[in-house]
Amino acid sequence: MKGAALRGKGAAGRGAPERDVFGLLAELATPEQLLAASRATYAAGYRQLDAFSPAPIEGLAAAIGHPGRGRLAKTVLAGGLAGAAGGFLLQYWVAAVAYPLNVGGRPPGGWQSFIPVTFELTVLAATLAAVLGMLAWNRLPMPYHPVFNVERFKLASSDRVFLGVGSADPLFDLQATRDFLEGLDGVVGVYEVDY
Amino acid sequence: MAAPGPTHDGSRDREPPVIEGDYTFASVTDKISAIVLAGRSPRFWYVGFAVGFVLLQALLVSICYLLLRGVGIWGINSPVGWGFAIINFVWWIGIGHAGTLISAILLLLRQDWRTSINRFAEAMTLFAVACAGLFPLLHMGRPWFAYWMLPYPNTYGVWPQFRSPLVWDVFAVTTYATVSALFWFVGLIPDLATLRDRAERRFARFAYGILAMGWRGSAIHWHRYETAYLLMAGLATPLVVSVHTIVSFDFAMAIIPGWHTTIFPPYFVAGAIYAGFAMVLTLAIPVRRVYGLQDFITERHLRNMAKVMLATGLIVGYGYLMEYFVGWYGGGEYEMYMLNNRLTGPYATHYGLLLLLNIAIPQLLWSTRVRGSELALFLIAMCINVGMWLERFIIVVTSLHRDFLPSSWGMYAGTGWDWATLLGSIGLFLTLMFVFVRLLPMISIFEMRTLVAEEAKPAGGRQP
Repeated sequence: MKGAALRGKGAAGRGAPERDVFGLLAELATPEQLLAASRATYAAGYRQLDAFSPAPIEGLAAAIGHPGRGRLAKTVLAGGLAGAAGGFLLQYWVAAVAYPLNVGGRPPGGWQSFIPVTFELTVLAATLAAVLGMLAWNRLPMPYHPVFNVERFKLASSDRVFLGVGSADPLFDLQATRDFLEGLDGVVGVYEVDY
Repeated sequence: MAAPGPTHDGSRDREPPVIEGDYTFASVTDKISAIVLAGRSPRFWYVGFAVGFVLLQALLVSICYLLLRGVGIWGINSPVGWGFAIINFVWWIGIGHAGTLISAILLLLRQDWRTSINRFAEAMTLFAVACAGLFPLLHMGRPWFAYWMLPYPNTYGVWPQFRSPLVWDVFAVTTYATVSALFWFVGLIPDLATLRDRAERRFARFAYGILAMGWRGSAIHWHRYETAYLLMAGLATPLVVSVHTIVSFDFAMAIIPGWHTTIFPPYFVAGAIYAGFAMVLTLAIPVRRVYGLQDFITERHLRNMAKVMLATGLIVGYGYLMEYFVGWYGGGEYEMYMLNNRLTGPYATHYGLLLLLNIAIPQLLWSTRVRGSELALFLIAMCINVGMWLERFIIVVTSLHRDFLPSSWGMYAGTGWDWATLLGSIGLFLTLMFVFVRLLPMISIFEMRTLVAEEAKPAGGRQP
């Protein structure tokens, strides 16, 4: 959900009727209605969409046009492989090159002893990749976002669900989009989102 | 989590529900966040926190005196050079494992009943690992050099010995602590957002807001969030097994009778889950009563946990049996002496008590009535908590105090400082748990919402 670029001060003087809004936010009653409304809005051609809910809803991301490309999974895999390689190479280098010790006559580079630490570092690196990757792809922390300017939005973390259309959408028109959203099933209110 | 759970056809009617009463997104949120955002806590909280805090002071005094005087203040000597410190370490790490099992493994197995207990159990894991981590540090002769265990380039040109299970432990416990903390925190993010939006006081809003990192419940974010959560659960599952396996290697890779046995990895892991579930029950039973959470932590949860306890207790019992069988079958005189010594030697009473608390009393869990009684479950769980500590005592002390050479034999007993440190670590654990209960939602709010949505579906989708 993206808002249109902010216009400069000069624009107001040219008789532009609208002030800058980030988008419109529709409040709905149930997650099922949100799912249906999202599909309808996507079908109507809107693309700058986002849906907000207090619990994950299956199929919602796909309904607003984000089927998921598996980027996070690949990040985690990369992290895990890095951890494994790093862990093994570190141990091999230490035990065979940097500080070889005769421990029970075992060969210095005996890989069997290196498995536990390699495994642990694989899991550690993969987990860090999962957490940092999830936060990074989600662009979090982001303490400020225009949707928080809507008074009712604080219920999005409790029991209400919302559908948002960004003003950067080519089809976005303050009145027409508002009428469209108000016409959807289950909508209890449509609010303007200020920057 | 959108966990499918048991089938929503007639077969579900025979099983009690995972959430009782008529709840909606709003009422679930209200009930759980009210505990955190309320002005006053129940008296139980003040009493519990006070007890924990006083014991914590004992820990602080013990640590200070230890650093001042050295490990001689403990009972360790020749031949028992490893005493309460290693016993406590293994005991605490074991307790932590149940939390990860509930959070991660039950998620992968799609067990709905994990939902109301997983936040609480994961917090328990984190604090148990914190308590555990103290002991390897403290039991070093010079704890201020603890960082020497890590591989870092230094002017001596010295590196850790990577063939030692003690070094593997460093990586295992560090990884486990980090992964548990991350898993717990990531699970908290949406609930922190809920608290941020509901808190009345300005400082609370600010604090929760910082921690929530701007979470707004966007569907795209949820999608990535669920992916990350599931992947982390998949990573944490083998981690749990590997960590306690590596801890068991501390003993199994040594050569003394009673330690050098291949049954240790599975035996330790099962024992860890056993002890951990006992601790979860010890905490969950009073907490659900005091905070009125019986609709969320239902009888079904208590029964399921009791069943897991019984199953793992039987595995532990099998472990004891196999120690005897293999000792006898192998015919090794040292092994046979060690086993004989446990039954008839100076620590025979400890061993007898162990068998009573760990094996005999938990057999009561076969009874459906016992599994349904809160008091019985609480008492049995306490027995298991003590029994599992005793088990580690028996393993460590009986093998060390009489090994190959009779002229080296000796006795071991914990000193007052040993006990003070143990009880103090319990104080640390209790303090952290009570602070957690006061400041953070002890039940995962957003996961409970998905349960409410699940339960609503067969009834025709009644929703807020």
